[in-house]
Amino acid sequence: MKFGVVTFPGSNCDYDAYAAVKHILREEVEFLWHKSHDLLGCDVVILPGGFSYGDYLRAGAIAKFSPIMDRVVAFAKSGGLVVGICNGFQVLTECGLLPGALIRNSHLRFSCKYVYLRVENDATSYTSACRKGDVLKIPIAHGEGSYYHFEGEIKKLEDAGQVVFRYVDAGGKVTRQANPNGSINNIAGIVNVEGNVLGMMPHPERAVEEILGSVDGLRVFESLRSSVTSTPAVG
Amino acid sequence: MSGEKKAVVYVRLKEGVLDPQGVTIHKALLQMGYKDFLSVRSGRFFELTVRADGDDIDRQIDEVCARLLANPVIESYSVEKS
Repeated sequence: MKFGVVTFPGSNCDYDAYAAVKHILREEVEFLWHKSHDLLGCDVVILPGGFSYGDYLRAGAIAKFSPIMDRVVAFAKSGGLVVGICNGFQVLTECGLLPGALIRNSHLRFSCKYVYLRVENDATSYTSACRKGDVLKIPIAHGEGSYYHFEGEIKKLEDAGQVVFRYVDAGGKVTRQANPNGSINNIAGIVNVEGNVLGMMPHPERAVEEILGSVDGLRVFESLRSSVTSTPAVG
Repeated sequence: MSGEKKAVVYVRLKEGVLDPQGVTIHKALLQMGYKDFLSVRSGRFFELTVRADGDDIDRQIDEVCARLLANPVIESYSVEKS
Protein backbone atom coordinates (compact mmCIF):
# COMPACT_ATOMS: atom_id res chain seq x y z
CA MET A 1 0.00 0.00 0.00
CA LYS A 2 1.10 3.58 -0.52
CA PHE A 3 0.62 6.75 1.52
CA GLY A 4 0.87 10.27 0.08
CA VAL A 5 1.78 13.31 2.16
CA VAL A 6 0.81 16.69 0.66
CA THR A 7 3.35 19.49 1.02
CA PHE A 8 1.87 23.01 0.95
CA PRO A 9 4.07 26.08 1.28
CA GLY A 10 4.25 26.36 5.06
CA SER A 11 3.57 22.72 5.90
CA ASN A 12 5.94 21.70 8.69
CA CYS A 13 4.76 18.26 9.76
CA ASP A 14 5.04 16.69 6.32
CA TYR A 15 8.40 15.09 7.13
CA ASP A 16 7.10 13.82 10.48
CA ALA A 17 4.18 12.09 8.75
CA TYR A 18 6.50 10.77 6.03
CA ALA A 19 8.96 9.40 8.61
CA ALA A 20 6.20 7.81 10.70
CA VAL A 21 4.92 5.90 7.66
CA LYS A 22 8.28 5.03 6.14
CA HIS A 23 10.43 4.19 9.17
CA ILE A 24 7.96 3.12 11.83
CA LEU A 25 5.00 1.70 9.92
CA ARG A 26 7.41 0.60 7.16
CA GLU A 27 5.06 1.28 4.28
CA GLU A 28 5.60 3.05 0.98
CA VAL A 29 5.13 6.84 1.09
CA GLU A 30 5.52 9.75 -1.34
CA PHE A 31 5.39 13.51 -0.99
CA LEU A 32 2.67 15.16 -3.09
CA TRP A 33 3.61 18.71 -4.10
CA HIS A 34 0.82 21.30 -3.80
CA LYS A 35 1.16 22.26 -7.47
CA SER A 36 0.87 18.69 -8.66
CA HIS A 37 -2.31 17.28 -10.23
CA ASP A 38 -1.42 13.66 -9.54
CA LEU A 39 -1.93 11.58 -6.40
CA LEU A 40 0.59 9.01 -7.74
CA GLY A 41 -1.70 6.08 -7.02
CA CYS A 42 -1.67 6.60 -3.25
CA ASP A 43 -4.19 4.63 -1.18
CA VAL A 44 -4.22 7.19 1.63
CA VAL A 45 -3.66 10.95 1.42
CA ILE A 46 -2.38 12.82 4.47
CA LEU A 47 -2.80 16.60 4.73
CA PRO A 48 -0.14 17.42 7.32
CA GLY A 49 0.18 20.00 10.05
CA GLY A 50 1.83 23.37 9.68
CA PHE A 51 0.87 26.84 8.56
CA SER A 52 -0.07 26.46 4.91
CA TYR A 53 0.21 29.82 3.14
CA GLY A 54 1.18 31.41 6.44
CA ASP A 55 -2.34 30.79 7.81
CA TYR A 56 -3.19 34.10 6.10
CA LEU A 57 -6.87 35.01 5.98
CA ARG A 58 -7.93 31.90 7.95
CA ALA A 59 -6.04 28.68 8.64
CA GLY A 60 -6.45 26.43 5.60
CA ALA A 61 -8.39 29.01 3.58
CA ILE A 62 -5.82 29.47 0.82
CA ALA A 63 -4.59 25.87 0.71
CA LYS A 64 -8.00 24.69 -0.45
CA PHE A 65 -7.34 26.35 -3.83
CA SER A 66 -4.04 24.51 -4.42
CA PRO A 67 -4.01 22.44 -7.62
CA ILE A 68 -3.49 19.20 -5.67
CA MET A 69 -6.67 19.84 -3.65
CA ASP A 70 -8.88 19.35 -6.72
CA ARG A 71 -7.50 15.84 -6.93
CA VAL A 72 -7.77 15.28 -3.17
CA VAL A 73 -11.42 16.38 -3.14
CA ALA A 74 -12.24 14.12 -6.11
CA PHE A 75 -10.38 11.24 -4.43
CA ALA A 76 -12.28 11.77 -1.17
CA LYS A 77 -15.61 11.99 -3.01
CA SER A 78 -14.92 8.66 -4.70
CA GLY A 79 -14.37 7.06 -1.29
CA GLY A 80 -10.58 7.48 -1.00
CA LEU A 81 -9.05 7.72 2.47
CA VAL A 82 -8.01 11.26 3.36
CA VAL A 83 -6.75 12.31 6.77
CA GLY A 84 -6.10 15.90 7.79
CA ILE A 85 -3.95 16.46 10.84
CA CYS A 86 -4.02 19.86 12.56
CA ASN A 87 -3.64 22.34 9.67
CA GLY A 88 -4.83 19.48 7.44
CA PHE A 89 -8.06 19.32 9.48
CA GLN A 90 -8.47 23.08 8.95
CA VAL A 91 -8.00 22.59 5.19
CA LEU A 92 -10.64 19.82 5.17
CA THR A 93 -13.25 21.99 6.88
CA GLU A 94 -12.41 24.95 4.63
CA CYS A 95 -12.87 22.90 1.48
CA GLY A 96 -16.10 21.38 2.74
CA LEU A 97 -14.98 17.76 3.00
CA LEU A 98 -15.70 17.95 6.73
CA PRO A 99 -18.44 19.92 8.47
CA GLY A 100 -17.89 22.78 10.91
CA ALA A 101 -14.93 25.08 11.42
CA LEU A 102 -11.85 25.46 13.60
CA ILE A 103 -11.64 28.80 15.35
CA ARG A 104 -9.17 30.52 17.68
CA ASN A 105 -8.46 28.64 20.89
CA SER A 106 -10.76 30.06 23.55
CA HIS A 107 -7.77 31.16 25.67
CA LEU A 108 -6.13 32.75 22.59
CA ARG A 109 -2.79 31.00 23.19
CA PHE A 110 -0.93 28.56 20.99
CA SER A 111 -1.06 25.26 22.83
CA CYS A 112 1.70 22.64 22.46
CA LYS A 113 1.46 19.67 24.83
CA TYR A 114 0.46 16.04 25.25
CA VAL A 115 -3.27 15.47 25.66
CA TYR A 116 -5.46 12.41 26.14
CA LEU A 117 -8.01 11.36 23.56
CA ARG A 118 -10.80 8.88 24.01
CA VAL A 119 -11.75 6.75 21.03
CA GLU A 120 -15.48 7.32 20.54
CA ASN A 121 -15.98 5.22 17.43
CA ASP A 122 -13.83 2.19 16.69
CA ALA A 123 -15.68 1.25 13.51
CA THR A 124 -13.79 3.68 11.24
CA SER A 125 -10.87 3.07 8.91
CA TYR A 126 -8.80 5.19 11.29
CA THR A 127 -9.59 3.47 14.56
CA SER A 128 -10.01 -0.22 13.73
CA ALA A 129 -6.85 -0.99 15.75
CA CYS A 130 -8.45 0.66 18.81
CA ARG A 131 -11.44 -0.18 20.96
CA LYS A 132 -14.16 2.23 21.86
CA GLY A 133 -13.20 3.89 25.14
CA ASP A 134 -9.44 3.46 24.65
CA VAL A 135 -7.48 6.49 25.84
CA LEU A 136 -4.60 7.59 23.58
CA LYS A 137 -1.81 9.97 24.58
CA ILE A 138 -1.09 12.18 21.58
CA PRO A 139 0.29 15.75 21.40
CA ILE A 140 -1.41 18.88 20.10
CA ALA A 141 0.27 22.02 18.72
CA HIS A 142 -2.14 24.68 17.50
CA GLY A 143 -3.58 28.14 18.01
CA GLU A 144 -6.79 27.66 16.02
CA GLY A 145 -8.13 24.27 17.01
CA SER A 146 -11.40 25.01 18.70
CA TYR A 147 -13.98 22.90 16.89
CA TYR A 148 -17.16 24.82 16.23
CA HIS A 149 -20.47 24.08 14.60
CA PHE A 150 -24.07 25.04 15.29
CA GLU A 151 -25.98 23.12 17.93
CA GLY A 152 -28.20 21.14 15.57
CA GLU A 153 -25.23 20.18 13.43
CA ILE A 154 -23.25 19.03 16.47
CA LYS A 155 -26.17 16.82 17.45
CA LYS A 156 -26.20 15.29 13.97
CA LEU A 157 -22.46 14.55 14.21
CA GLU A 158 -22.86 12.99 17.64
CA ASP A 159 -25.91 10.92 16.66
CA ALA A 160 -24.19 9.60 13.54
CA GLY A 161 -21.07 8.58 15.45
CA GLN A 162 -18.93 11.01 13.46
CA VAL A 163 -17.08 12.19 16.55
CA VAL A 164 -14.10 9.85 16.57
CA PHE A 165 -11.83 11.39 19.23
CA ARG A 166 -12.67 13.48 22.26
CA TYR A 167 -10.33 15.28 24.69
CA VAL A 168 -10.45 13.59 28.08
CA ASP A 169 -8.35 13.39 31.24
CA ALA A 170 -5.87 10.55 31.82
CA GLY A 171 -8.70 8.47 33.27
CA GLY A 172 -10.84 8.85 30.16
CA LYS A 173 -13.32 11.34 31.59
CA VAL A 174 -14.60 14.29 29.56
CA THR A 175 -13.85 17.36 31.67
CA ARG A 176 -13.56 21.07 31.02
CA GLN A 177 -9.92 21.00 32.19
CA ALA A 178 -9.11 18.29 29.66
CA ASN A 179 -10.36 20.46 26.82
CA PRO A 180 -7.26 22.31 25.56
CA ASN A 181 -8.93 24.80 23.21
CA GLY A 182 -12.62 25.24 23.92
CA SER A 183 -13.87 22.75 21.32
CA ILE A 184 -17.58 22.05 21.58
CA ASN A 185 -18.22 18.75 23.39
CA ASN A 186 -14.41 18.30 23.70
CA ILE A 187 -14.33 17.25 20.03
CA ALA A 188 -10.78 16.46 18.86
CA GLY A 189 -11.46 14.53 15.65
CA ILE A 190 -14.36 13.79 13.32
CA VAL A 191 -15.10 11.80 10.16
CA ASN A 192 -17.46 12.66 7.32
CA VAL A 193 -20.78 10.82 7.02
CA GLU A 194 -19.23 8.23 4.69
CA GLY A 195 -16.37 7.66 7.14
CA ASN A 196 -13.51 7.92 4.63
CA VAL A 197 -12.32 11.43 5.59
CA LEU A 198 -10.87 12.09 9.05
CA GLY A 199 -9.80 15.39 10.56
CA MET A 200 -8.05 15.60 13.90
CA MET A 201 -6.21 18.42 15.66
CA PRO A 202 -3.79 16.17 17.64
CA HIS A 203 -0.69 14.83 15.89
CA PRO A 204 -0.57 11.01 15.74
CA GLU A 205 2.63 11.20 13.65
CA ARG A 206 4.39 12.77 16.63
CA ALA A 207 3.56 9.84 18.90
CA VAL A 208 5.04 6.83 17.14
CA GLU A 209 8.16 6.01 19.19
CA GLU A 210 8.79 5.61 22.91
CA ILE A 211 11.52 8.26 22.75
CA LEU A 212 8.87 10.77 21.64
CA GLY A 213 6.84 10.11 24.78
CA SER A 214 4.12 7.88 23.34
CA VAL A 215 3.47 5.31 20.65
CA ASP A 216 -0.29 5.71 20.71
CA GLY A 217 -0.38 7.63 17.43
CA LEU A 218 0.78 4.50 15.65
CA ARG A 219 -2.68 3.00 16.23
CA VAL A 220 -4.14 5.44 13.69
CA PHE A 221 -1.56 4.42 11.08
CA GLU A 222 -1.99 0.71 11.86
CA SER A 223 -5.76 1.07 11.53
CA LEU A 224 -5.29 2.66 8.11
CA ARG A 225 -3.00 -0.14 6.99
CA SER A 226 -5.45 -2.84 7.98
CA SER A 227 -8.33 -0.96 6.31
CA VAL A 228 -6.47 -0.65 3.02
CA THR A 229 -5.06 -4.14 2.95
CA SER A 230 -8.41 -5.72 3.81
CA THR A 231 -10.53 -3.78 1.26
CA PRO A 232 -10.09 -3.19 -2.46
CA ALA A 233 -8.40 0.08 -3.38
CA VAL A 234 -10.57 3.00 -4.53
CA GLY A 235 -9.83 5.95 -6.79
CA MET B 1 -8.67 52.95 -20.20
CA SER B 2 -11.39 51.54 -18.04
CA GLY B 3 -12.16 53.08 -14.68
CA GLU B 4 -11.80 51.38 -11.37
CA LYS B 5 -14.02 51.22 -8.36
CA LYS B 6 -13.63 50.15 -4.81
CA ALA B 7 -15.58 47.74 -2.72
CA VAL B 8 -15.16 47.38 1.02
CA VAL B 9 -15.96 43.95 2.42
CA TYR B 10 -16.75 43.47 6.11
CA VAL B 11 -16.48 39.95 7.47
CA ARG B 12 -18.03 39.17 10.84
CA LEU B 13 -18.48 36.07 12.94
CA LYS B 14 -22.10 34.97 12.87
CA GLU B 15 -24.17 35.60 15.95
CA GLY B 16 -23.62 32.87 18.51
CA VAL B 17 -20.10 32.01 17.36
CA LEU B 18 -17.68 32.56 20.22
CA ASP B 19 -15.23 35.38 19.52
CA PRO B 20 -12.38 34.93 22.01
CA GLN B 21 -10.56 38.00 20.65
CA GLY B 22 -13.62 40.20 21.16
CA VAL B 23 -14.11 38.83 24.67
CA THR B 24 -10.48 39.52 25.56
CA ILE B 25 -10.62 43.07 24.16
CA HIS B 26 -13.81 43.66 26.11
CA LYS B 27 -12.15 42.46 29.33
CA ALA B 28 -9.27 44.85 28.67
CA LEU B 29 -11.69 47.76 28.22
CA LEU B 30 -13.36 46.97 31.54
CA GLN B 31 -9.94 46.77 33.18
CA MET B 32 -9.07 50.17 31.70
CA GLY B 33 -12.12 51.59 33.42
CA TYR B 34 -14.54 51.77 30.49
CA LYS B 35 -17.55 50.40 32.29
CA ASP B 36 -20.11 51.42 29.64
CA PHE B 37 -18.93 48.96 27.01
CA LEU B 38 -21.16 45.90 27.12
CA SER B 39 -19.45 43.68 24.55
CA VAL B 40 -16.95 43.65 21.68
CA ARG B 41 -17.16 41.57 18.51
CA SER B 42 -14.11 41.51 16.27
CA GLY B 43 -14.03 41.09 12.51
CA ARG B 44 -12.01 42.11 9.50
CA PHE B 45 -12.39 44.17 6.42
CA PHE B 46 -10.92 44.17 2.93
CA GLU B 47 -10.63 46.95 0.37
CA LEU B 48 -11.00 45.58 -3.12
CA THR B 49 -10.10 47.65 -6.17
CA VAL B 50 -11.75 46.25 -9.28
CA ARG B 51 -12.32 47.18 -12.92
CA ALA B 52 -15.53 49.15 -13.01
CA ASP B 53 -16.47 47.58 -16.35
CA GLY B 54 -15.46 44.04 -15.32
CA ASP B 55 -17.78 41.30 -16.48
CA ASP B 56 -20.73 41.26 -14.06
CA ILE B 57 -18.39 42.78 -11.47
CA ASP B 58 -20.87 42.86 -8.59
CA ARG B 59 -21.52 39.17 -8.95
CA GLN B 60 -17.75 38.54 -9.02
CA ILE B 61 -17.28 40.51 -5.81
CA ASP B 62 -20.03 38.53 -4.12
CA GLU B 63 -18.48 35.30 -5.36
CA VAL B 64 -15.01 36.01 -3.91
CA CYS B 65 -16.61 36.93 -0.58
CA ALA B 66 -18.39 33.60 -0.40
CA ARG B 67 -15.56 31.47 -1.79
CA LEU B 68 -12.54 33.04 -0.12
CA LEU B 69 -12.89 36.12 2.08
CA ALA B 70 -15.49 34.65 4.43
CA ASN B 71 -16.05 31.13 5.69
CA PRO B 72 -19.84 30.84 5.30
CA VAL B 73 -19.99 28.20 8.06
CA ILE B 74 -19.10 30.71 10.78
CA GLU B 75 -18.92 34.13 9.14
CA SER B 76 -21.22 36.55 7.35
CA TYR B 77 -20.15 39.42 5.12
CA SER B 78 -21.43 42.67 3.77
CA VAL B 79 -20.15 44.76 0.86
CA GLU B 80 -20.05 48.54 0.50
CA LYS B 81 -19.52 49.67 -3.05
CA SER B 82 -18.46 53.17 -4.02
